Amino acid sequence: MSAAAWAQVAIVVVALAVAAPLLGRYLARVYGGGAAPGDRIFGPVERLIYRVCGIDPEGEQHWKVYAYSLLAFSFVSLLILYAQVRLQGHLPLNPDHFKGMPPVLAFNTAVSFLTNTNWQNYAGESTAAQLTQMAGFAFHNFVSAAAGAAVGVALVRGLIRRRTGNLGNFWVDLTRTCTRVLLPIAIVGALFFVSQGVVQNFHAARTVTTVEGATQTLPGGPVASQEVIKEAGQNGGGPYNANSSHPFENPNPLSNGVQIFLILLIPFSFPFAYGRMVGDRKQGYVVVATMFVLWLGTSLAIMAFETAPSPVLAQAGASQAATATQSGGNMEGKEVRFGAASCGLFAGSTTGTSTGAVNCAHDSLTPLAGGTVLLNIMFGEVDPGGTGSGLYGMLVFALLAVFIAGLMVGRTPEYLGKKIQAAEMKLVVVYILAVPLAILTFSAASVLLKAALGSIFNPGPHGLSEVVYAFTSQANNNGSAFAGLNGNTTWYNITGGIAMLIGRFFLMIPVLAIAGSLARKQPVPPSAGTFPTGSKLFFGLLLGVVILVVGLTYFPVLALGPIVEHLVGHFHV
Amino acid sequence: MFDPAILRRAVGDAFRKLNPRQMWRNPVMFVVEVGSVLTTVLFFRDLGSATAANSAFTGLVSAWLWFTVLFANFAEAVAEGRGKAQADTLRKTRSETVAHVRTADGALVEKPSSQLAVGDLCVVRPGQLIPGDGEVVEGIASVDESAITGESAPVIRESGGDRSSVTGGTRVLSDEIVVRISSKPGESFLDRMIALVEGASRQKTPNEIALNILLAGLTIIFLLAVVSLQPFAMYSHAQQTITVLVALLVCLIPTTIGGLLSAIGIAGMDRLVQRNVLAMSGRAVEAAGDCSTLLLDKTGTITLGNRQAAEFLPLQGVSEEDLADAAQLSSLADETPEGRSIVVLAKERYGLRERELVGATLVAFTAQTRMSGVDLQAHDGVPARSIRKGATDSVRRWVTEQGGHVPDGLEPIVERISTSGGTPLVVADNTRVFGVIHLKDIVKSGIAERFEGLRKMGIRTVMITGDNPLTAAAIAKEAGVDDFLAEATPEDKMALIKKEQSGGFLVAMTGDGTNDAPALAQADVGVAMNTGTQAAKEAGNMVDLDSNPTKLIEIVEIGKQLLITRGSLTTFSIANDVAKYFAIIPAMFQDVFRPLRTLNVMHLANPHSAILSAVIFNALIIVALIPLALKGVKFRPLGAAAVLRRNLLIYGVGGVIAPFIGIKIIDVVISAAGVH
Repeated sequence: MSAAAWAQVAIVVVALAVAAPLLGRYLARVYGGGAAPGDRIFGPVERLIYRVCGIDPEGEQHWKVYAYSLLAFSFVSLLILYAQVRLQGHLPLNPDHFKGMPPVLAFNTAVSFLTNTNWQNYAGESTAAQLTQMAGFAFHNFVSAAAGAAVGVALVRGLIRRRTGNLGNFWVDLTRTCTRVLLPIAIVGALFFVSQGVVQNFHAARTVTTVEGATQTLPGGPVASQEVIKEAGQNGGGPYNANSSHPFENPNPLSNGVQIFLILLIPFSFPFAYGRMVGDRKQGYVVVATMFVLWLGTSLAIMAFETAPSPVLAQAGASQAATATQSGGNMEGKEVRFGAASCGLFAGSTTGTSTGAVNCAHDSLTPLAGGTVLLNIMFGEVDPGGTGSGLYGMLVFALLAVFIAGLMVGRTPEYLGKKIQAAEMKLVVVYILAVPLAILTFSAASVLLKAALGSIFNPGPHGLSEVVYAFTSQANNNGSAFAGLNGNTTWYNITGGIAMLIGRFFLMIPVLAIAGSLARKQPVPPSAGTFPTGSKLFFGLLLGVVILVVGLTYFPVLALGPIVEHLVGHFHV
Repeated sequence: MFDPAILRRAVGDAFRKLNPRQMWRNPVMFVVEVGSVLTTVLFFRDLGSATAANSAFTGLVSAWLWFTVLFANFAEAVAEGRGKAQADTLRKTRSETVAHVRTADGALVEKPSSQLAVGDLCVVRPGQLIPGDGEVVEGIASVDESAITGESAPVIRESGGDRSSVTGGTRVLSDEIVVRISSKPGESFLDRMIALVEGASRQKTPNEIALNILLAGLTIIFLLAVVSLQPFAMYSHAQQTITVLVALLVCLIPTTIGGLLSAIGIAGMDRLVQRNVLAMSGRAVEAAGDCSTLLLDKTGTITLGNRQAAEFLPLQGVSEEDLADAAQLSSLADETPEGRSIVVLAKERYGLRERELVGATLVAFTAQTRMSGVDLQAHDGVPARSIRKGATDSVRRWVTEQGGHVPDGLEPIVERISTSGGTPLVVADNTRVFGVIHLKDIVKSGIAERFEGLRKMGIRTVMITGDNPLTAAAIAKEAGVDDFLAEATPEDKMALIKKEQSGGFLVAMTGDGTNDAPALAQADVGVAMNTGTQAAKEAGNMVDLDSNPTKLIEIVEIGKQLLITRGSLTTFSIANDVAKYFAIIPAMFQDVFRPLRTLNVMHLANPHSAILSAVIFNALIIVALIPLALKGVKFRPLGAAAVLRRNLLIYGVGGVIAPFIGIKIIDVVISAAGVH
């Protein structure tokens, strides 16, 4: 890897090291109850929202009420979004006169944005009206991230609180995440992106003649405003099909770097907030460290695999050396503006979080890089994951780690003084079972069914990777596509939609139930006999448990996909 | 533990436990059993039709899967074995006896013990077995309780007070007592004890249930991974046989901990039984591991039962020897432990022998005088003496009454002893005060180190005593307890337990009196002394048959050891899976994708031997770990961080590495034996 490649990583790491702890401190105040910075500005806005919506901001909710609120909000907004994409042909702000989406595609798309996945079985610039992009997709980019934050915060409250069934108020957490966290970042970020050349207009697509004399269609739309929340809320669904490799979404290396930073910022801030909220910052550091090592490890691996020459291109006689005029490495599917190293860093970040935005084609990654990207999503979006969801995902792993190894100190397992018993373990099992169930069942069915097999463009191991990637991405609410697979079929639209719903609610509801169960408990005060969860040792254990549990679950399918593809050398070109 | 008779019986039990209705309760091993049946069916179906090598392979896999189930059953059976043997012995004791029930009009009616009702009054004479649990309401007798405690020395049981409870099946040696029956036939202490040691009434403990849920969850995940593998394999033109898939599944699911889990639990209870402690529920054993506060009675637990003479402190003008001499004379006839300790100290320090007293009149201690001593007549030129020892006030009054004078030097000495937590006994001869004997509580040797160990484990010790705060503080300091409760009443004790529990601490305590019963019931671990009252035994969740309160510490250690063993083997079991994948996945697919041989890091000879080696390792590791499961992981009183680091290294890292070595060795052996 070149010095420039290392520099990219270093800049992102330094920026995060400065910003994430600060934002974490702010988040702890936002969710901690009591006065928070900016109350004078945000307070009146929020009070207005509460009054209009009939929300009692002081009303504490039992976990079930909290969960019902989440489900009700999700169900109603799913119906509205479905109606909107179906009826967009009859709605305003549709300069390109796009028709409504067909039912199965509309289902997949509505679920996709509801669940913070942003899997797209359509090309934005030729399917989605500008109103759909703004009031439908971008709106969900805010609230789906805020709902994740709410669930994450509810789990933290479950750990902190004692002898209560209440976890806070879902509507308040949802509102405050939007007003105090996402909107400020989005406003500043959007203006920055506009300054860099990201488009922001209501124009219809224009057909122009290029200097070469060819004709080209230049799409318009309110892109910058959606671009910023696409990254900052780990959504990933871009207005254009080419996503962040499109120059109107991501014009230059600076905007590219800021996008990577925005993808990682909030998820890395949450564990810092967590440490502060539980009153023991070390607890947060352990979570941050685990996320960071996984993110850095996978990102560097992808960068290394991509910057090395691809054997297949070498056979074809292509020069892959880094020179003054090219970045070198495997340039298939890459933007020359960004190069292979930047693609690796972006890919590691977008899959370690639940973002799914891409600045290069994941289908063109070398098998090992493709396998790493796949594994990164399989970790369950915990390195560092989505807004709030990364934190609760990692905390569930922490509960699992404590349960498996905690007995070894001679006490029944406890985390932050809360005993982990049968009730919590049932829910943890549901959590760790749901996503593999969706991925493996749907993938297996997809390679058995003749109708589904027709969607695969590349036969052999690479085709298997494409299928598994599609369900892995959707079930983990990532949304990036390996491509090479026609997802816009009845089978893939419906199964994908179900996978996304499972991956969202079969994790969120158990997490809220765990939070409710923990909140009722009286914590055991820490002593020398307490399992040390704020230590380097626990960091190692947590890291080991994440890798072991995920690795053991998916090793067979990874072996038949990317590993075989790499070893056999039948690279897809 | 590995008594041949127990092992023989365990082999038979291992087969009996194959009953699916019983296996179902252990989901992990049930899956293995289903796999065994499936592969056996395939073996017989393919016998003759398939190629010889494939058929033999299926047969071998099938056989080893059966072994896996049998080994797990065997582990459980061995763990149950000793309890069963013990239960058999106890059952003999329970044999039908004839009870002599005294009716309302005073007549005696004979009734079989199995027909006794609660409240019946039974007369028991020397040589007879006590027909049921109850309380002595009349008389005093020596009772042989060896059937229950294994202790051959008889104990005294008398009506009223804290020594009134008797257990059915024990034998009256002397005197006649009347017992009021307090338990229904079939629900006696002995019945419960039999059920407990036999494991018949064994319920899964809370942590065991939670762990079972995790193991079932992991089993489902691996079931998913293996079942979905077949479609992926078919897509890759590398369809697998059912045998290979079953082998992979069994290797991946946590059979090691699944097979040993109940054995670990039974062995933990058994370790308590070996120390003569009966846990009324497994829940109590787990709670013992979790305890963070131990309430320990001072007397008998922290200090030896009685105060002892520690030094002689003469007044000015009196030699220590004279004081010792007077003190010894006054105590020669004193049979109390304190009195004897004075004689012993005088002998040790000053070589003063015990003497025959000529013409002596012993003055016994009474509650009124609060003094004891001796009056010696004058003889052979030795003047008459009148020696007294006793409480300061009493001796002071006595000396003044005799016309003597109490020197000023006495008060500071008495004061100093009192503040140090000791008891001063003043010695005087007629009108002359000689000095003071310092009686003090003797802290048991080694107890401070035990407390230090407990502290490292994060356990707080609180000493409970009826002494005044000054005395209590001194002893607490010497013994190294973390806190003390002085002038403790049963209400104080109860309040302390509730306070600790409201702070999230789990509390363990011992007790024997009826007034301890509420506290014993409130505590998370309440250990009743067997010598205690029936009420105390009913209230606690453990009974110590030796009635040794210090055992509470051992109970906590056993609880911790049980949990550590469970956690270590769980970690080991899951860590094992890495190597098994590296053995089996290349073996499954290397025929289709030759380069997958790169993953065959162990260089196993061929696909069949690789898969078989993993299956055999998986079965043998259960047998290899049976001793560890039964004896428990070695316990060290260290802090959680140190224990975790150590166990993670051994069972986590070791668990990853060990199967690589084990599978390789088995592969070398069986490929040499011709598996291909």
